[in-house]
Amino acid sequence: MLKINDLKAGIEENQILKGINLEVKAGEVHAIMGPNGSGKSTLSAVIAGNEDYEVEGGSITFNGEDLLELDPEERAHNGVFLSFQYPVEIPGISVSNFIKTSISEKRKAQGLEPLPTKDLLKMMREKMELLSIKQGYLSRNMNEGFSGGEKKRNEIFQMAMLEPRLAILDETDSGLDIDALRIVANGVNKLKSADNATVVITHYQRLLDYIVPDFVHVLYNGRIIKSGGAELAHELEEKGYDWVTKEADKQWA
Amino acid sequence: MSEQKRQSEDELLEKVTSTEYKYGFTTDIESDTIPKGLSEDVVRIISAKKNEPQWMLDYRLKAYKAWLEMEEPDWANVSYEKPNYQDVIYYSAPKQKPVLDSLDDLDPEMKKTFDKLGISLDEQKKLANVAVDIVMDSVSVATSFKETLAEKGIIFCSISDAIQDHPELVKKYLGTVVPARDNFFSALNSAVFSDGSFCYIPKGVKCPMELSTYFRINEAGTGQFERTLLIADEGSQVSYLEGCTAPMRDENQLHAAVVELIAMDDADIKYSTVQNWYPGNAEGVGGVFNFVTKRGICYKNAKISWTQVETGSAVTWKYPSCILKGDNAIGEFFSVAVTNNRQQADTGTKMIHLGKNTKSTIIAKGISAGKSDGNYRGLVKISKGATNSRNFSQCDSLLMGDKCGSHTFPYIEVKNNSSKVEHEATTSKIGEDQIFYCNQRGIGTEAAIALIVNGYCKDVLNQLPMEFAVEAQKLLEISLEGSVG
Ligand SMILES: Nc1ncnc2c1ncn2[C@@H]1O[C@H](COP(=O)(O)OP(=O)(O)OP(=O)(O)O)[C@@H](O)[C@H]1O
Ligand SMILES: [Mg+2]
Repeated sequence: MLKINDLKAGIEENQILKGINLEVKAGEVHAIMGPNGSGKSTLSAVIAGNEDYEVEGGSITFNGEDLLELDPEERAHNGVFLSFQYPVEIPGISVSNFIKTSISEKRKAQGLEPLPTKDLLKMMREKMELLSIKQGYLSRNMNEGFSGGEKKRNEIFQMAMLEPRLAILDETDSGLDIDALRIVANGVNKLKSADNATVVITHYQRLLDYIVPDFVHVLYNGRIIKSGGAELAHELEEKGYDWVTKEADKQWA
Repeated sequence: MSEQKRQSEDELLEKVTSTEYKYGFTTDIESDTIPKGLSEDVVRIISAKKNEPQWMLDYRLKAYKAWLEMEEPDWANVSYEKPNYQDVIYYSAPKQKPVLDSLDDLDPEMKKTFDKLGISLDEQKKLANVAVDIVMDSVSVATSFKETLAEKGIIFCSISDAIQDHPELVKKYLGTVVPARDNFFSALNSAVFSDGSFCYIPKGVKCPMELSTYFRINEAGTGQFERTLLIADEGSQVSYLEGCTAPMRDENQLHAAVVELIAMDDADIKYSTVQNWYPGNAEGVGGVFNFVTKRGICYKNAKISWTQVETGSAVTWKYPSCILKGDNAIGEFFSVAVTNNRQQADTGTKMIHLGKNTKSTIIAKGISAGKSDGNYRGLVKISKGATNSRNFSQCDSLLMGDKCGSHTFPYIEVKNNSSKVEHEATTSKIGEDQIFYCNQRGIGTEAAIALIVNGYCKDVLNQLPMEFAVEAQKLLEISLEGSVG
């Protein structure tokens, strides 16, 4: 589904991603871990098409299509979803209006009429229930005055509404309380299918107890320096990053 | 219905994909025009052509004399080449049959204009029925709306007709809120106004529909001097809509309207404007100069609410104001002013509190893009006798790009200490991060800007009647096309 080959990207003179290789197949869950500033959010931004970052080399294909050729909204239409580490406020636009616009634009790109309001509302209710979201939430303005946890939940709500093929969750767990973490993780699990894939970026093993990954990768200084199964996350939780990063430092010195 | 809806969607798409001013075209209608320039004779000719009574001519002549002694104001934060007032044509009335049997009888040029504006056939029929003062009913499809109004004793006609048919009302109220000498442009307007609207709502009557008027500039080089007089008698209610589009021109067009509102005890007037005069091309050549004086007076427990969405004109100078004369009177001003390319706007409001317990609210949202300049200028004046009065003002500016400017000039005078004035101001930019966030959710950049701008203007757009709000949203979208990225 997603193939990243020797991806190099950065900002101005500063190369942040220094040759990323990653393959994610349909039905899989990948976890990306790594110290602060290692390039995890940058990787997700480049996949989503944030033009702040310049791609200097390598390729990204999504279901065989060259993703780098597409505008960010086209990538979204093709099923790429990014749950932002820092969701953005859109003052004056209600959650329901935003999601309606989002879904209509996607359908328009597919040559479909907008979803009838009745169906849309029904779907919203279902997904709200799935994520234990309280009434009154739909008419609040997008992320305006939301608490940290509410913003994260709002990201997952949008994911549930958009039903993406590839969801990248950038530290969706940070800011969530214990109950919310479980609810959100359950939500993500329920949305999982053989046709879609999930990439979770996290610092904590805790989330991976709920969303069990098939693969765990360690991103460090712009490179994936180690990959393994779910057990790797436990090992990192126990020992920290030193034992993997030291080796990498030696290799790339 | 669905056909119509699809049409308007197509239209919107087309607008979104073309950056040129959509309504820029001229109509070749034979006009009854007098030569250029302004003199006492011209004032007399205008009055004579309209068959006006002596008192009206006297009023005009007095205004003309006052104007001669006045100077064009230059305190506003705008710069433009002052019009040559001797190069303007002061009278021009489209020659048209007042009532038509069917659309086939409509001047084909006028028909084309309507088509270009995307006005539906039903609306065209209604529009074509009335020649100069184009009046339409925005609520019911029935053509009998004039009758409905007449049943309630409501008078809604052109000001020229009112001068003929209701001279006592016009004579009593004209110039009482905006005296001819008020300012340079009001004096000019008082001398030469060619037409406009008149409306009277009798005591206790709630106007059953929104009254709306379309104005267009139609004659090359013709200045537009509209005059609107709206009187809401005791305990009455009315919502009035005003909207304009103008044809593309190379020379600057002068527009100096005067609007006077009178809200008697317990009356309620809601006055909404969508202004879309031609702003000039990207270099600012050829746009309309819009110098408007709008003012209302509120007697006891009365309320006047001004809502405006301003997207057009090369230069705008406009301060819809409220004089809160009676106790417990309420004044409101909700405004969105957009400037793009080389547009300049100096707009705002004045709230003059005279009565006790009077309240005013000001929500002004400026949006500047391109190399434009948007200014908010507002005066809140609470007199000594206006005890326990309140004002709340919120002035926000949104900047798009880094070549535009915005300034806020709030003037506050409070002469008693039981009153309270609150002023809030913010300046913000549309963030790249907001646009990317929308993009990531499948919303393209143009649509994202429209969405963000709509959110920013929500408090004002919410004040507009439904259909007008939709039109206003379209205009915002068109006027900000290509302004980011
Ligand atoms: N827009 C930017 N401008 C300048 N530097 C940037 C920008 N975005 C990222 N960087 C730099 O690139 C490096 C990687 O940042 P990134 O946000 O991808 O890290 P991360 O792995 O997500 O970290 P965290 O775990 O703290 O979220 C950091 O050194 C960061 O300062
Ligand atoms: Mg990060």
